[in-house]
Amino acid sequence: MTELKYSWFPGCSAGSTGIAYTQSAKYVADKIGLEMKEIDDWCCCGTSAARITDDDLMHALPARSLALSERQYPGLDIVAPCTGCYSALKGARHWARQSEENRRHVSELIDMDYAAEADVKSLLEIMVEPDVVDLTVSRLQKTLGGMKIACYYGCTQVRPAEVCNFDDVENPTSMERLLDACGAECVQWGFKTECCGASNHVVKPKAARKAVERIFRNAKACGAEAIVTSCPLCWLNLDMREQQINSEMGTDYHLPVYYFTELLAMAMGATPDEAGLGYHFEPAAQLAQDRIVADTKTEEVTR
Amino acid sequence: MSRIGVFVCHCGTNIAATVDCEAVRDYAATLPNVVHAEDNKYTCSDPGQAKIKEAIEKYDLDRIVVAACSPAMHELTWRNLLSQTKINPYMLEVANLREQCSWVHTDYDEATAKAKELVRMAVAKVDRNVPLFTQQIPVNKRALVVGGGIAGMQAALDIADAGYQVTIVEREATIGGKMPKLDKTFPTMDCSACICTPKMSETGNHPNITVKTLSEVEKVDGYVGNFQVTIREHAKYVDYDKCTGCGLCSTKCPNKRIPNEWNELMDTRPAIYKPFEQAVPSKPVIDPEHCTMLTRGKCGLCAKVCPTGAINYEDVDKVTTETYGAVVLATGYDLIKWQDIYPEYGGGAYPDVIDGLHFERLVNASGPTEGHILRPSDGKEPKSVVIIKCVGSRDPNKGRAYCSRACCMYGAKHAHQYLDKVKDGRCYVFYMDVRTPGRRYDEFYMQAKNDGALYLRGRVSKIYKEGDHLVVLGNDTIMGENVQVDADMVVVETAMVPSAKSRETAMLFGVQCDEDGWITEAHPKLRPVETASRGIYLAGAAQGPKDIPDTVAQAGAAASKVIGMFSHDTLDSEPQISHVDVSKCSGCGQCVPICPYGALSLQQVTLRENSVKVTRQVCEVNSALCQGCGACTVACRPGALDLLGFTDEEIMREVDALCQW
Amino acid sequence: MHTVNLSDVAVADRELAQTIAQRANVNLRDCYQCGKCAAGCPMADDMDLSPQQIMRALQMGLTEKALSATGPWLCAQCMVCSTRCPQNIDITKIMREVRRESHARGHRCIPESNAFETQFLKGVKADGRNNEQYLAAFYNLRSGHLAQDMLSAPKMLAKGMVGIGKHSVKDRDAVRKIYEKCLEKDGEQK
Repeated sequence: MTELKYSWFPGCSAGSTGIAYTQSAKYVADKIGLEMKEIDDWCCCGTSAARITDDDLMHALPARSLALSERQYPGLDIVAPCTGCYSALKGARHWARQSEENRRHVSELIDMDYAAEADVKSLLEIMVEPDVVDLTVSRLQKTLGGMKIACYYGCTQVRPAEVCNFDDVENPTSMERLLDACGAECVQWGFKTECCGASNHVVKPKAARKAVERIFRNAKACGAEAIVTSCPLCWLNLDMREQQINSEMGTDYHLPVYYFTELLAMAMGATPDEAGLGYHFEPAAQLAQDRIVADTKTEEVTR
Repeated sequence: MSRIGVFVCHCGTNIAATVDCEAVRDYAATLPNVVHAEDNKYTCSDPGQAKIKEAIEKYDLDRIVVAACSPAMHELTWRNLLSQTKINPYMLEVANLREQCSWVHTDYDEATAKAKELVRMAVAKVDRNVPLFTQQIPVNKRALVVGGGIAGMQAALDIADAGYQVTIVEREATIGGKMPKLDKTFPTMDCSACICTPKMSETGNHPNITVKTLSEVEKVDGYVGNFQVTIREHAKYVDYDKCTGCGLCSTKCPNKRIPNEWNELMDTRPAIYKPFEQAVPSKPVIDPEHCTMLTRGKCGLCAKVCPTGAINYEDVDKVTTETYGAVVLATGYDLIKWQDIYPEYGGGAYPDVIDGLHFERLVNASGPTEGHILRPSDGKEPKSVVIIKCVGSRDPNKGRAYCSRACCMYGAKHAHQYLDKVKDGRCYVFYMDVRTPGRRYDEFYMQAKNDGALYLRGRVSKIYKEGDHLVVLGNDTIMGENVQVDADMVVVETAMVPSAKSRETAMLFGVQCDEDGWITEAHPKLRPVETASRGIYLAGAAQGPKDIPDTVAQAGAAASKVIGMFSHDTLDSEPQISHVDVSKCSGCGQCVPICPYGALSLQQVTLRENSVKVTRQVCEVNSALCQGCGACTVACRPGALDLLGFTDEEIMREVDALCQW
Repeated sequence: MHTVNLSDVAVADRELAQTIAQRANVNLRDCYQCGKCAAGCPMADDMDLSPQQIMRALQMGLTEKALSATGPWLCAQCMVCSTRCPQNIDITKIMREVRRESHARGHRCIPESNAFETQFLKGVKADGRNNEQYLAAFYNLRSGHLAQDMLSAPKMLAKGMVGIGKHSVKDRDAVRKIYEKCLEKDGEQK
């Protein structure tokens, strides 16, 4: 198995709205020996704002952090837990690799030679590698107790397909594979990769909430009791808006929205607070505590 | 001394717009041995050809150059013309002033200069031509039809009715193809089985037709008039000479849990089975993958109950090689595996999303639900059905770029059938266009709309499951609105693709397929049932998606080509083939393995050389097999092999003329 | 509804449509208007012109119609349209390029969208990183939606998700220089 050592791009939400993700990810990383070394002086990836404004800016902002990483951690690939950042970083690398002209152009913009060698992975991508799944399972103290989960990947984890090259672009199953291996019962549902509305939740909230309501509706109709995600923006847009949707659209959804790392952390022994569940708007601790219990069979085997 | 006539064609403005034909004519008149040159608007027309004949007589020509379009277009036309004169048809050269000059250049002066050079080359070559003569190939008046669907059966019946022997080789255990699976056929709504099974019966009983089911073509040798085809009849494990078709074996077979391909896996069949009730031959076969006796040596019940002792577990494949004069390829179509391409429609995970053939089995009274349209998931009657057309068709990105031609009609048919059977049902049809080019076709589509089908112009982006129904997200571009339908069942009308192994079969016969795998016709407009290989014809969906009326018409056309060939006892061979000068041949045999057609062999001959009788080994060319490719002439070291019509001398003269030596 | 006189469509408009398409590396003629993009778009319900209609407007040379539409300003760049298009057209890029051109000509079809992106980029230019609480606060001011999400703010502060503190890069100059190099050609500083 390749060494679990990566350079780490936290992203701007890592310490704020994405703090639960960061906290639970660190807990899990610690348990499985995944080393994530923060890129010194990384800057914002630009995300949708740069993308919508200018191609050069869209490539240059991520390229700066990628070039810094290649200097600070030669030979290490980069992990970006937020799939929005992952998309921007990987997209910039992909563009720079398309031609020498592109690579030189972006290097000129950032005033640094960017080799575009080190690969960019999302945290989910690393965690669903088969040997990492095995490693994760071996560190479990509890199982996910058959929790019925709708795995929500969001859009930038799989699209564009030629950049991400991750699983199936309409019906991915890697997250299910990981969580089922940890004892969950992931459901088959239809909105795995449908957009959460992104920044439209700030810009045109009513429009964006329709998109999220459809996600909740289908998850519930397919038997899920929780939604699990791997992106802080998706998490925020689902968790923070659930009650708003209920009061404005007359629905009655009570699906906790977890980061996959929160569930793994709890299954590895973390308390709900240690796992980050205290940060949720939609109450999430109860269901986790009910489901994630020690499995007497596996307790002897795993250690 | 040759007496050459040069005829320069304007081809309307096709050549004349870019090439100064009069100047080329005048130039031709100055060339060595040219005694006459003229130009003409349309040399291939009746008056044009008459003028050539006239000139041959008037100027006592002994060879001609026609400077016009590609020889691929009209070389045959000029040869036929010459065969009506005193000149041998091979005393002809065609200078291509169109496809190789006027159609690919824009500069008038440069194109004219090039045209003159092309004429100069042709004149130099024809000066060296010698008369060539065809040989006679005997025609074996037996036809082989590959594929026993409606196309194959129709072609076979037409050929057999003309009095010739026909063999049908069919891969499945029954003839009939896809047609008996269908319920009703547009636009008349005839019951498909009712019109197909009489054809099947007639085919099976015709004294001139031999049907080989569960059989495949394995090897093909030979040439037009004499194809040696090796056919493998897979073991049926039932002796058809003894079997009466009573069906007792199938009822007694204890292994009845095998998914039934005929009913799109909706129900099951036994291990010894007839594909369907009206199968021809009306006798069963044993499925060797699932029969307990054949896989594990246990059971043997069918042999015990068979009243005539027809079961034979020791049966083996039978391989036979026979000679046929002509072949009709009628290998048909399959539906594209849409599940592999459209994960946004569920990728096959939703049992209530079915394709057209699956719907046919549901609505068919002889199907697993006795004609009741019921959801595969829970057997309930769907009250809301969505039909999506163009799934896999007109989709260069993920499916096929082409239109599958029949689905607009059978989509309307399915809508009509559903609304007819489910009176309180609602039907929505998503379409890109509605193509109804046949007689009474558009009226049929209007009827479907009159029945209540709501036609929405736009594609569907996604189908997903919510509770016990499916949600279909599409668009109506006419209103400019996204539309959603909560559907109980979705029918995807999918692309037709060439049937499995049709490409391999075509390759066995040495015929071409296009990039989508459809067998290529010799000319899309003028020669739709012939292939580039003489003696091999095409019929039905093997050549491209089409409906039943077009298939039957094409099958008749293919049959008429075969009957035309069989009306002669011999065929003319191709005279532009390799020729051995035995005085130069050393008998080294270097050429034999080079020939891709196996046309060369070493033979012992007795010759008179230097007044002495000598017996030695020399090369011999089979004039029927040789295709005139010329590869052997390059390999021959003493230069004994030369290509008639394209001899080394003739070609060198062309090169010299071009280089002005 | 009104009659569009296609003979009156200016050459300049048609050329602009082509230019926009070229920036997106798209051949407008490939689109056969099947509507699959619109049908899968999560934001289409609230767009005045769907992605398919934007393509249609460009095909017809009704470029101004596309440039003043809200559709491209609402586009979340989720790429479902590009992924499912049977003609392999990158519609996401078209939406992006239409929006950029629309913005460059002074349109603010969804002012809030412009306010958000502008504020975001301003913050990143100054600090090298996005400070969400300040983004939210300044956005509310810019857009005039002063009370938006104010109910969530106390909870977030209490949980410690956001605070007064700002985080930023050490080398702010480097980020500022990148902005200048990238956006200089537009003659516009954000």
